[in-house]
Amino acid sequence: MIVASFVTDSNFRAVLYIVSFGLFIYGLSGLTGPKTAVRGNRIASVGMAVAIVATLLVPHLSNVVLIIVGVAIGTAVGVPAARQVKMTQMPQMVALFNGVGGGAVALIAWVEFRDSGGFADVPTYVAIFSCFAAIVGSVSFWGSNVAFAKLQELITGKPISPFGPAQALVNGLLLAVAVACGAAIVAGSHHEILIIGLLVAAALVGNLLVLPIGGADMPVVISTLNAFTGLSAAATGVALNNTALIVAGMIVGASGTLLTQQMAVAMNRTIPSVLLGGFGGEVTAA
Amino acid sequence: MVTNLSILVLAGFVGYAVISKVPNTLHTPLMSGTNAIHGIVVLGGIIILVQGAAPGFLNKLLLVIAVVFGTINVVGGFLVTDRMLEMFKGGRGRGQADVEAGPSEDGPKA
Repeated sequence: MIVASFVTDSNFRAVLYIVSFGLFIYGLSGLTGPKTAVRGNRIASVGMAVAIVATLLVPHLSNVVLIIVGVAIGTAVGVPAARQVKMTQMPQMVALFNGVGGGAVALIAWVEFRDSGGFADVPTYVAIFSCFAAIVGSVSFWGSNVAFAKLQELITGKPISPFGPAQALVNGLLLAVAVACGAAIVAGSHHEILIIGLLVAAALVGNLLVLPIGGADMPVVISTLNAFTGLSAAATGVALNNTALIVAGMIVGASGTLLTQQMAVAMNRTIPSVLLGGFGGEVTAA
Repeated sequence: MVTNLSILVLAGFVGYAVISKVPNTLHTPLMSGTNAIHGIVVLGGIIILVQGAAPGFLNKLLLVIAVVFGTINVVGGFLVTDRMLEMFKGGRGRGQADVEAGPSEDGPKA
């Protein structure tokens, strides 16, 4: 009994979270060198296991079956997908995995909205961070799916510009709609249509942002969306008051941004030219 | 909240510092590795479920989908990264096992 109350103590959980993000940082620094990369990745995965176990160490577990079902389905889908994918198809696989991460962020924000009666009984900052997470998560989910579809040649790898030169303007307007929905929610409006409108507008932004980009530039786009998902995960962490989420998400957000820059430089591109221009018509394995 | 914001800002600088310089060949594996790490959002879904918050069928359905998505992100992300790096290591083993330290620009493309 003493052991049980010790491991379910919130301080013990906090310590495990610290161990976990320590392992993330150490693993990530390993990933930057050719000799240490394999070990670095495995260290980071141990960190992830520690974080998940720590999260389950609460005094009264609810919905255990649902969690097991969710993890089992996710594993059953993720493991074969990762095992069987061809080496040349790796970039689109990363896009897909990144997309589902963003989707998870958006869904969590939606549930938070529903559960708190439209953020009625929570501090304002929770509403702000949740709306941010919902917008960025939705953009990342849909943008990544389009990136996957392009690289997998489900749709043409050539730039598609439904609105021609007005593309940037349309994207800006849609983003403004999403932000306006978020602002209304933060200001105290509780209609569920607002969060749905926010998610849909952000989804359109995600689609329209990636459609005009050619296949050759996709690695830079995927890296950008990867950084986005990291930032949205960090915002979810602030909203849920969870240190592991904040640190892991923000590390990915920051390192992902820097990595995007380095990739763009290595490909003789700038990030704005990739995101705004319709370059790179040919699909190449990156 | 202020504590959380401090953690947020500091973690941002850590992320920047850790990835200061990366050889080109490691760009894709590193992207994939960081991708796996943000799969930590799976915790968000688990936390809400484990606390028994958010009753109702739709809420639970959305949360289970979120957990499925997060798990795919984590498991798939780490496995794919591992496979990319294994290929990397195999290539080194054949040709350049004795390259000691420092970023090598001439490894096989991952």
